[in-house]
This record gives sequence, C-alpha cells and structure tokens, in this order.
Amino acid sequence: MSGAPDLATLTQFVYDEARLIDEKRFEEWYQLFTDDAYYWMPLTRGQPDGDNHTSLLYEDKLLLRVRIDRLKNPHSFSQHQASFCQHVLQAPQLESANGEGTGWVMRTPFLYLESQLDTQQLLTGVCRLHLLQLDGRLRIRLKKVELLNCDAALPSIQLFP
Amino acid sequence: MSYRDQPEAIRALVREDAVHRDVYLSQELFDLEMERLWRNTWIYVGHDSQVPNVGDYYSTEIARQPLIMLRDEGSKVRVLMNRCAHKGARLVSAVSGQCENRLLRCPYHGWTYRLDGSIRTIPIKSGYEGTSLADSPNSRGIVNVPHVENYRGFVFVRLSEQGVGFREYFGDSLTSIDNMVERSPEGRLEVAGGVLRFMHDSNWKMFIENLNDTMHPMVAHESAAGTAKKLWADKPEGAPKPMAIEQFLPFVNGYSFFDQTGVRIYENGHSYTGVNFSIHSNYSAIGEYEALMEKSYGTERARAILGEVRHNTVYYPSLTIKGAIQAIRVVRPLAPDQTLIESWTFRLAGAPPQLLRRTLMYTRLINAPTSVVGHDDRHCYRAIQAGLAAEGNDWVSLHRNWTARERTELAGDYNGLSEVSMRGQYRAWQQFMAPETRP
Repeated sequence: MSGAPDLATLTQFVYDEARLIDEKRFEEWYQLFTDDAYYWMPLTRGQPDGDNHTSLLYEDKLLLRVRIDRLKNPHSFSQHQASFCQHVLQAPQLESANGEGTGWVMRTPFLYLESQLDTQQLLTGVCRLHLLQLDGRLRIRLKKVELLNCDAALPSIQLFP
Repeated sequence: MSYRDQPEAIRALVREDAVHRDVYLSQELFDLEMERLWRNTWIYVGHDSQVPNVGDYYSTEIARQPLIMLRDEGSKVRVLMNRCAHKGARLVSAVSGQCENRLLRCPYHGWTYRLDGSIRTIPIKSGYEGTSLADSPNSRGIVNVPHVENYRGFVFVRLSEQGVGFREYFGDSLTSIDNMVERSPEGRLEVAGGVLRFMHDSNWKMFIENLNDTMHPMVAHESAAGTAKKLWADKPEGAPKPMAIEQFLPFVNGYSFFDQTGVRIYENGHSYTGVNFSIHSNYSAIGEYEALMEKSYGTERARAILGEVRHNTVYYPSLTIKGAIQAIRVVRPLAPDQTLIESWTFRLAGAPPQLLRRTLMYTRLINAPTSVVGHDDRHCYRAIQAGLAAEGNDWVSLHRNWTARERTELAGDYNGLSEVSMRGQYRAWQQFMAPETRP
C-alpha cells in the first residue's frame, strides 16, 4: 500500500490546521480530530499526563464541541468584542513516525497572537500534532501545545493556541 | 478628597444595602485596604503540604509584604519576611524550593540565617567591630510574622501586631475546612495537581462577592453551561453523564434551585452557599470511596461528612474553598483593577485517585485562564470595573432580600438568592477600614 503521506503533505497539514483556526473555520477544524482525540495544553513543563495533574486545556471532542458551539452563542459575553487569533509557525518538522506508515508526530514551534479590540496577547511555545491516517485522510489524535510561559499568571485565552 | 484621615468618609461608603463605587476604583482606598483590612485580618498563605520537609519553603506576597512560608527545625510551619536583615534583598526568589543546608543565604553578600530567621553567619564579621550593628534591627535576623496559625494544614497569618484572634475571626466558618479535611479517609489533605494562575483586570472584591452570588450563573454562564446542556438534551433520561457534563449542567439550574440551596452568614465577612444542597450534590459516586469513608469514620459519621455538600465558602478576604471537591481559590489583590486568582487542588489522603481527577477537571473547566466559565466571569468583573466610571449614580445595589433583622443579628441562614453575603462582607470591610471609635 502506497497511500502514506509524504513529508510535504504532513507539513501542509500542519499549516492548514493553524489556518482553519485563524480563519475561524471551526467546524472544518473540528473534523480534523479523531473521535478519541485530545487537545492538550499542559500546565507544567514535562507534565506526564492530563488526568492526574491539571492543565490549561485538556479537552476531548465533547469539550471542544462545547467551546465551538459557545462561540456561536450571542450570549458569549466575553466575546463582545470578538477575539481573533493568528498563528505564526516555524517550519514543521517530522519528529517521529511509527515506521508502519500509519502514525506521525509533527513538531512546530509557534507564535500565537490573540487580539480583542485594543488588547493583544502574545504566546509562544511548541505544538506537536500526533497524526494518523483514517479513511485516507490525515487526522489529529493529539494536539499538544506546550506554552513557554505555562506557569505564568495568564489572562483569558479564548481561542485555540 | 482624601480618605486616609477621614474615617467617617470611609464609613459613609457603605450603606446597609449599597456600596459606593469608590471602593472598587480608588487607588487610595486600595492602599488603605492593604494597610488596614489585609493586615489586620487573617490571610491565607498556603497549605502546609507545600512544605512537607524541614527546610522546604514557599514564597508569596500578601498586602505588599514579601513572605516565606517554611518548615523549621522543629517541623513547625513558620512565616518570615522575605528580606535580608542587611541591605534588604529578597532572600528567596523561586516560588518554592528547599533551603540549602537548612539555611537561608542572601544572594548578595552571603549573610546566612537559620530556619527561625536568626543570623548564623556574616562574612568577615570583624568588620562590624566597634560599630552599632549589634544594637540595630539589622542584627536581629529575619523578621518573623508575629501571628501564624496552621489550621488543619491551612496556614494563615495576621500581619499586624495587635488584632483579632484567629478563632474569633473565623468562628464556626472553620467547619467548611473541617469538612474538606474529613473527606479524606485519613483526615489529611495534600496539595496536588498544580496551581492555575488566572490574572483578572478588575478589583478583588468583585471576585469575592461573586463566589456567593447565586443570581449570576444562569445569566453569565448561559453560553458555557447552557451549550453543554443543549449538547446533552437529546440523551435519554438517566443516561450516564460524562464528568464534564455533570459539572457544567448545574450552572444553569434555575433560580429556585439556587434560592433553596441557602446561604449561611458568619461575622467578619465569611459565608457559604449550599447550606441545604449545592451544585456539587449530585455527582456520581466514586468506586470504593464511600466504603473507605465508612471504614474510617463509621457509617453514620461518614454519611454526615459526605452529606455536607457546601458550595463556596468565603474566608474573607483572601480565600474561597469548595470542600465538596477539594479545590480552593486564593485572592491576591495587586492594584485597584488587577487581581491574581490562584486555584489550588488537593488529594484526599487515602481516597481513590478519581477524586483528584474530578477536582482537576472541575478546576480546569471553571477556573483556568482558558475556562469558558472563567471567561464570562472575568468579562463581567471587567465590565463592572469599566461601567463604574459612569457618573450620575455612585451606588452599587446590594438590596436583594434585605431585611431589618440584619441590623441586629447578621449571622445566620438566609435564602440562597439573597445578597446578604455581600452586605456582610462590606460590614466587615467598614469595620476594618474605619473602626468605630468608642468614647
């Protein structure tokens, strides 16, 4: 079987994922995740898991769905004004592959800006997308975002670093 | 207008059912709060499980005072000013750690101190011969905070020399801490799972008031909890709920639910909601936890402990706790319009690990900088901070369910929707900010 994606395809996937968020195409973004996927932003450096230590985000698809649907709700008062975000990505690297051509980890250092009217915050860190191929499509099993300042006192982060 | 020397002007800011907007806006009042309210009352520092071994320290700041909480040679928790006796350098700058060789050593000139704060060595001490150092405050070592109370692991300080005693200040509100500790089959809590640090651009009192404000969840959190509710709406009655849904749904319970939960008021600004039941009452049972509790306490006592499901207890002005799920929030005012809220979670010693996981999920969903519930709370606080700039109405309403009874006997139980907890807070505020002088 020769359907495994090449590096250019994996790399393009990383860029496209960030772009869907920045363009607020959240429904399409949601479809990138497998049913058992997690979106994880650890609270500490080298945090082993999201169950026995708290995290900035540790969302399964149900919680991601809550987040996306909430943004459509006119009574999401914290979105008056609406927030916008921009990912600025360093060139993604293939960090590991499972050798069977069915699983890959892409590592991407990033800058993330989230703005709301007159305020803009800047976050930076490393994002790892754990990818697999399902029905001929690349999907995200785990999106792990390690913030540089994960231990800082942070204001609201309302979109998706 | 200056408030500093006009106690009557400060007293006039608080009416029995309203408060003047200056209490949220004025830099001078904020400064006076730090000097008077936050130094003359009992303020939460940290939990003794953060410093389990001799020489362990944790550093923080309270009312602009840099503090070190440490475990001394006698295994007692002590709180010291984080200030070298020599030139004043902060002695420890990491949030937590272990004192090397059980000594505090200044990073500047190397003066060292024992864990009780006394000076151990000064480099080339002969240089002080013939000087008055020995008669100066600089020779007395690190200043110890005079009043420290370790209540079942919860460490509080009162920074002022004179003032109200710990038991007198908190009274029976301490039963909420008791209940949280007793939920451990071993009667012991350990800080676990990290600390979420959420910066708010609003006055600290908005946060404290909100903790027993039961009129806001169904409005402010409609978009968060209401969305979760909608997602669950088509599931059959009695279908097992994911933990996240179980935690979100009660936020959009109706007014009658919150009214019936009840609120209990204590002297000095303390209170809790959930006298009868609370948003935490209907969580699914966890494995063998109840059996472990019954083994430790006996059936009747275990049921009584677990049947006490208080919502938020406010330990005015610095701490709020959720005993039912072992989570606390610590209030650190930084400026009139800036407040750091830290959320800490606990492991119940001897309990199944799912209980820690449950509180971690709760605190992440509700109290994190990424929390959809937290976003809306923070937004509302900020909206108040901005809105109160408006002229033409100086007063913030705290009228809901006011009764004349409060004039003579404030402590006691009230309907849950009452704003009595806020009125109680401002009565304490007034008392500590501008004590009534008796002839």
